[in-house]
Amino acid sequence: MFARAVWLILRKDLTVEVRSGEIAYTTLFFAVSCILMFAFALVRDGRAPEDGAAGLLWIAIAFAGTLALGRTFERERQSETLRALLMAPTARPAVYVGKLLGIVALLIAVEIVLVPLVAILFEARALLERPLWLAGILFAGTTGFAAVGTLFAAMLIRARSRDVLLPVLLYPVIVPVMIAGVRGTAALLQPDVDTAVLGFWLALLTTFDVVFVTLALWTFEAVMTD
Amino acid sequence: MPKWFMPACIVCAVMFAATPIVIANAPFESTMGLVFKIFFYHMPSAWMFLLSGVLCGIASVRYLASGDARHDRTAWAAAELAVVFGLLTLVTGPLWARKAWGTWWVWDVRVTSSLVSWMVAVAYLILRRYGGPGSDKLAAGLALFGAANVPFIYISVNYWRTIHPATSVVPTLPVDMGLPLWFCVVAFLLLFILLLKLRVRLEEQRSRLDTIYLSANH
Repeated sequence: MFARAVWLILRKDLTVEVRSGEIAYTTLFFAVSCILMFAFALVRDGRAPEDGAAGLLWIAIAFAGTLALGRTFERERQSETLRALLMAPTARPAVYVGKLLGIVALLIAVEIVLVPLVAILFEARALLERPLWLAGILFAGTTGFAAVGTLFAAMLIRARSRDVLLPVLLYPVIVPVMIAGVRGTAALLQPDVDTAVLGFWLALLTTFDVVFVTLALWTFEAVMTD
Repeated sequence: MPKWFMPACIVCAVMFAATPIVIANAPFESTMGLVFKIFFYHMPSAWMFLLSGVLCGIASVRYLASGDARHDRTAWAAAELAVVFGLLTLVTGPLWARKAWGTWWVWDVRVTSSLVSWMVAVAYLILRRYGGPGSDKLAAGLALFGAANVPFIYISVNYWRTIHPATSVVPTLPVDMGLPLWFCVVAFLLLFILLLKLRVRLEEQRSRLDTIYLSANH
């Protein structure tokens, strides 16, 4: 029952997205513009700053993710469909999980374009040499970011000035995700990749995901009651 | 207000008036000299910052679980105090660090987690101020997440080295240095309790006023 509700919500979001493409295209274009802005600001005489690629990749993900989170829930608000979702005879946490998976899927699609772009513009071809590690860190980091972000965006749906409040609330809480994501990705760029370091950051991100998804499942019920 | 409030205010004022004298009479720390005196304000405010953060987190969880507005008022008051004492901590810290470590700012574990927790507290207040109706529950959720975040910041930053003085510094200080320090801690604690009481009381009065206003309109 729970899994079915999650699947239905996810499928609904993906269908709307495939038909309109609104959030996917805007988010993607925004993320690419971010990377280009960083390139114009930081690449000098054709040389990228050392170790910059990892940080810039994650900043772009965080910025684009914030935009996507805001838009996803704005769509639910405009036609009052979130109320309909919450009134549906299903467990509230299923709504959260469905939304979370939708955001993660969207951000991963964006990252598939971003990673090669960063690798080319910031001389970070080493990123692509260990795709499994990179995929693991990106997935765990994105899930952590989206776990907190989905809850906050859902909570803020009725708040005034929600567009400004989302990053204000979200960024301090995802500091560990940013540190672990950036350090983990930067470890991939070292000449000798230390898998112990990679393993540490991946484990930290995974623990963060488990703790914050659990907390969000509990909080979602409590904050979405009225 | 309870009966003890005014006397406690007077005691607190006298204690704070006395702190400069107490601190001035405390012995010089051999290696750091005069700059060590900052410690008498830095450490008590850092402790009160931690205390208000913990209080805000616990009160928020209880509010989310029970929906009792009393816990919400406590959480709000604690968050405001966290911003005040956090600011004191974050200003006095670099003043000390410049002299003691030769740099204004280090990304050490306690400095970083203090900064991030302070940002969460500021975000909490921004949310309460500009969030509109229903922001009480959202703020409680934010406080819960902010509290859960602290161990993760600790672990992630700890993976780099830390040069902040270890917590064991305090008990090993000589008695004549420890006494002024504890004097300051008690003064700050008293101030914390008084401000908290005052702030919670203000919110109580506000909510009573709202209730009266609503019932008068019906």
